[in-house]
Amino acid sequence: MGKGVLTAICATLASSVAVAERSDINLRQGVTDISEQVYGLHMTIFYICVVIGVVVFGAMLYAMIFHRKSKGAKPANFHESVKVEVAWTIVPFLILVGMAIPAAKTLIAMEDTSEADVTVLVTGSQWKWHYKYMDHDVDFYSLMATQPEQIANKFDKGENYLLEVDRPLVIPTGQKVRFLITSDDVIHSWWVPDFAVKKDANPGFINEAWTKVNEPGIYRGQCAELCGKDHGFMPVVVIAKEPAEYQRWLAEEEAKQLKAKEEEQKLLAMNMEMDELMDVGKQVYQSACAACHMPNGEGLPGVFPALKGSDIAINDMQKHIDIVVNGVSGTSMQAFGKQLSLKELAAVITYERNAWGNNTGETVQAKDVNALITGN
Amino acid sequence: MSSVADDLHHDEHHDHKPAGIMRWLLTTNHKDIGTLYLWFAFIMFLVGGAMAMVIRAELFQPGLQIVEPNFFNQMTTVHGLIMVFGAVMPAFTGLANWMVPLMIGAPDMALPRMNNWSFWILPGAFLILLASLFLEGGGPNFGWTFYAPLSTTYSNDSTALFVFSVHIMGISSIMGAINVIVTIFNMRAPGMTWMKMPMFVWTWLITAFLLIAVMPVLAGAVTMVLTDKYFGTSFFDAAGGGDPVLFQHIFWFFGHPEVYIMILPAFGIISHIVPTFSRKKLFGYSSMVYATASIALLSFIVWAHHMFTTGMPLFAEMFFMFATMLISVPTGVKVFNWVATMWRGSISYEMPMMFALAFIVLFTIGGFSGLMLAITPVDFQYHDTYFVVAHFHYVLVTGAVFSIMAAVYYWLPKWCGKMYDQTLAQWHFWCSLISVNLLFFPMHFVGLAGMPRRIPDYALQFADFNKWISIGGFAFGLSQLIFLALIIKASRKIGEPATAQVWDGAEGLEWEVPSPAPYHTFETPPEVK
Repeated sequence: MGKGVLTAICATLASSVAVAERSDINLRQGVTDISEQVYGLHMTIFYICVVIGVVVFGAMLYAMIFHRKSKGAKPANFHESVKVEVAWTIVPFLILVGMAIPAAKTLIAMEDTSEADVTVLVTGSQWKWHYKYMDHDVDFYSLMATQPEQIANKFDKGENYLLEVDRPLVIPTGQKVRFLITSDDVIHSWWVPDFAVKKDANPGFINEAWTKVNEPGIYRGQCAELCGKDHGFMPVVVIAKEPAEYQRWLAEEEAKQLKAKEEEQKLLAMNMEMDELMDVGKQVYQSACAACHMPNGEGLPGVFPALKGSDIAINDMQKHIDIVVNGVSGTSMQAFGKQLSLKELAAVITYERNAWGNNTGETVQAKDVNALITGN
Repeated sequence: MSSVADDLHHDEHHDHKPAGIMRWLLTTNHKDIGTLYLWFAFIMFLVGGAMAMVIRAELFQPGLQIVEPNFFNQMTTVHGLIMVFGAVMPAFTGLANWMVPLMIGAPDMALPRMNNWSFWILPGAFLILLASLFLEGGGPNFGWTFYAPLSTTYSNDSTALFVFSVHIMGISSIMGAINVIVTIFNMRAPGMTWMKMPMFVWTWLITAFLLIAVMPVLAGAVTMVLTDKYFGTSFFDAAGGGDPVLFQHIFWFFGHPEVYIMILPAFGIISHIVPTFSRKKLFGYSSMVYATASIALLSFIVWAHHMFTTGMPLFAEMFFMFATMLISVPTGVKVFNWVATMWRGSISYEMPMMFALAFIVLFTIGGFSGLMLAITPVDFQYHDTYFVVAHFHYVLVTGAVFSIMAAVYYWLPKWCGKMYDQTLAQWHFWCSLISVNLLFFPMHFVGLAGMPRRIPDYALQFADFNKWISIGGFAFGLSQLIFLALIIKASRKIGEPATAQVWDGAEGLEWEVPSPAPYHTFETPPEVK
């Protein structure tokens, strides 16, 4: 009997070692020292559970088979034993102490965010991530890049369906990267399984986490805290590059963002044509507005207001610009002034005032938006 | 002869019950109210189950096919609320109403009019909740945990109805709990000392104290959500000096004892069924009582293990990790005791025992994943994934719900006077057992592989498992219709007549009254030796 149980335990362990490597049914080991430690803890506690399970269920099965009434088993009389009861209180307790020590060590290491080489501010909002490099003039929004047609089953789904973004976060390998995590609206949770980093983004508070990636590569995750309608469509993509390559990317990005700001100033003197505004506006609307106000501008009754036929979108242009730029406090309407360029703001407001039968025929120019922002 | 007939006639009139619907509306009889609770719970189980079917249908394939994300979120929210507050809790309250007076030799519950009231406000609460789904913009969509500010600033106006209905559910639970405590303290038969009380009575007594301790906390949480949303307070809004994480602390201070409220009575039920069908006394009765009490006490100091990713200080994370791991000690004692009860017994496999055995194995699997979730550094990976969904469905469905089913099979002959249909029972058990594991076991895999919970659409690598999970879900849902048929059959008095003792190994006062149990029992208290 004892031998049989032992063989069963060994067989179970051997087979579970074989399947443990499969990332479709198990935690992944990831690409950081911490994520490997976490994986190790996971497998240790799993095997402890397997062994306890084999012993307990084995004893139970033995009784179920050999202590059956139909086999003529007569019930014994015992119904307590201080020794046994003390033993099965103390032994599990000792196993737990053995488990708690390595777990506490890993936890202490995970929470040590000191002496970081790079710091990135991660801000969640409904339903996108914003990344800002604290030591450089680089910041950008990162939105899901999967086409709505794929979600609606009109197009074939791509390999990274729902796990692809327009602008991934880029970090260096081999350096300690600290994440400062917060939110602009509801609670989100920034999660990259390969780093074993999951931290809630709480509005009004800043959480810290860190990682040090060993392998260059593309790592994908998702928002992990229910954050409203499009919670399932808020992926995280991080590219880890060699430090030299990362520096090059950062410098290029910084130059690009500076240039974009300069061009924006030039724009103030120009007027854009209706067609161009509508083209740009439609694209911006699809990525920034359609999640709530719907592609057809009809919104979700009782949740998100319609723009089609709305008084503000047809008549009060100043209020329209104000709402788009500054948002509406106490509601889900975000302030897009800091998310979009002046050109994009002008284009999307023009689009909203002329699409779906809102035929005002009016254009809104970058300078109109700028006037509201600067208060002139 | 005629005087005997007169006596019988007299006894029937002694019931004083009006006919038809008025009997049920006005009843103060613990058996009637128990029946009402159990039927209500079963109907809610089917309604909440139907919502789970919607969820599983949408998740059958990647992409959005059947419902919009906003409606999907309403389904996950209301499914959770209905199953917790509408199905599991009322089912246990129904069992307490029926069985506690019978087990302690009392004629009825101590506060029969309040008993009537605590049941009859429940249907109203759930009508309000369900009606909110039909409002413009839909019902609550922020998860059954209603985290602020998603449930305050960012919710729609159905939130007011949600808050009102949770208040009514809470009042009902508190009244039910008071009734259980007063009954057990005051109405035990002479000679039934504390340490002679049946385990189901013990576990329910402790559960009732948990209810009284935490339901007001839930009421506080929903009230703060209401005032934050409508009256300009800022409990959970940093802009006004509040803190959204405060909400989670308050919610889980209620929420963690709440999960023990849903499992302690299950422990009691299993502690009756295993000895009966092993024909052997429960092993370690007193350690069972102490283990139940320790679990209840520990349940108040582990709440923040639901919140490891919220950014608590390291010290708090360690404290809640160690305290949570500690809970597995008394829980382990219970499982070991059940196995030791079976050891060298004389075991037979009637349907209550089948469900009890399934409970022990599957609840323990849920306990194992619970122990894994307690390890904070690893919880960062598990948190808010399907691994958690698998964990709590193992403890709540194959745990709490299976124990309720075991209890129904165990006591149905006592309630109806007829044995249940054996064929239907076998079908129900095996279909449920296979489908429930097909439904919940692969959730461990997709969770570990990285699928977040509460999403209406998922990445392609999760597609195969989700298909099987959905098939398991539909099969489990349909299997419960067999159970419905079986119960209807027994309650229409079709089947073999049951003896007073029903099961040859059964012990306890409830088996000393005839089957079906008469409308009034123990008008003269029995003597307990």
